[in-house]
Amino acid sequence: MALNVELVSPERILWSGEAEMVVARTTDGDIAFLTGHAPFIGALGIGAVVIEEPGGKQTKIAVHGGFVEVSQNRVTILSDVAELATDIDVARARKAKESAEAAFRAEPNPENDAALRRANLRLELAA
Amino acid sequence: MASGQERILRRRIKSVQSTKKITKAMELISASRIVKAQQRVAAARPYSEQITAVIGNLAAAGAGLSSPLLQQRDVVRTVAYVVITSDRGLAGAYNSNVIRSAERAVRAAQAEGKETRLVVIGKKAEKYFRFRKMPLEASWQGMTDTPTYEDARKVATFVTEKFVSGEYDQVELIYTQFLSLGTQRVVNRRFMPLESTAIEAAAAGPSADYEFEPDPGLILERLLPRYAEARLFAALLDASASEHAARQRAMKSATDNAEELITKLSRVMNRARQDAITTEIMEIISGAESLAQGEGGPEDLLVDHVGATEYFDKMHRPHAHPHTAGAPS
Repeated sequence: MALNVELVSPERILWSGEAEMVVARTTDGDIAFLTGHAPFIGALGIGAVVIEEPGGKQTKIAVHGGFVEVSQNRVTILSDVAELATDIDVARARKAKESAEAAFRAEPNPENDAALRRANLRLELAA
Repeated sequence: MASGQERILRRRIKSVQSTKKITKAMELISASRIVKAQQRVAAARPYSEQITAVIGNLAAAGAGLSSPLLQQRDVVRTVAYVVITSDRGLAGAYNSNVIRSAERAVRAAQAEGKETRLVVIGKKAEKYFRFRKMPLEASWQGMTDTPTYEDARKVATFVTEKFVSGEYDQVELIYTQFLSLGTQRVVNRRFMPLESTAIEAAAAGPSADYEFEPDPGLILERLLPRYAEARLFAALLDASASEHAARQRAMKSATDNAEELITKLSRVMNRARQDAITTEIMEIISGAESLAQGEGGPEDLLVDHVGATEYFDKMHRPHAHPHTAGAPS
């Protein structure tokens, strides 16, 4: 039996389907879910979520904060900002990274740091 | 005179016709946008349902509903109202209904001795309250047509900050709820402190033994602002769908009105044209009649006659006959 995965953003369901494995990054570290995982609720940091479908196909999603809930082989990922790797525009991502880097150098506050990490993640997944 | 009236009527009909074309187009556009807005409402539902469920699970796990966003204040001194209207008019009573409801709520709160604050979304509410010199805490525009989550986040962050800092003791949300294509209703919902009834209901369900990472309290702390955003986003989407529905209805009745007006005016115009034609015919007939009457009559030949007589007179000047004096005059 496979996992039933739903990745939901406030505006739409980004991804839904069956998966063998889901890897996500919580605020404490990476965690992988397989069939039969114990009920779990976690807060997600800025990181990639990787969904591995039964055929071995991998879907990568840039998740900029959110939550994950697992119960009875259902994985629900809630994220207010998330992008499928295939949706990311590399040129735009690179530009965003440059401006984020500049902002961070000018003013190294947590907000700019988060922006830079988001930009890095997007570029990493898009490449 | 009659043809002048006809021309004026024709011009009016033309102007009504072009108005009708516009209202018809707006009606069709609104109709298609309602469908899109409804889809957006439906697409946003899973997220808010899931987030409520997660909060319920956290509450069931004893996350402790002690977050400031959930705390009912003992003394409510300041109430803030978030009023959602549209940027554009031509939507019937859509905006005035919301504004009226907001004003009533504000007055009721003031009568109870509370301070009130206004946070408005949409140009219409801003204009209305500005004109009445009612101070606005904040005003947003350009988000009600097709609201994005980013818009909802901006507003929610602003309000949440003020609420947590204690500037507001309570926040109310006044917007138009989309019940169906035919029915939209202005509702006044409590936004903050967040209503814990839905959460408690979710918590009451059978709960599994969850693992948490980090601990439930921290997750809840991060989750509640998102929950507030999702609720505001849902309200914005509802308002947007209602706006399009109201506009479609208003434009439909405008189109119907224009059609009716065109029929009426055409009728009046046709009568005027008929009158003009009748008068013209009458004039022609009477002219012709007077011509017919005079045909062969002595008046018509008067000049010839006189000339002839004079000529005749001249011809026979030497021995003028008296019979010329007896010629018809």
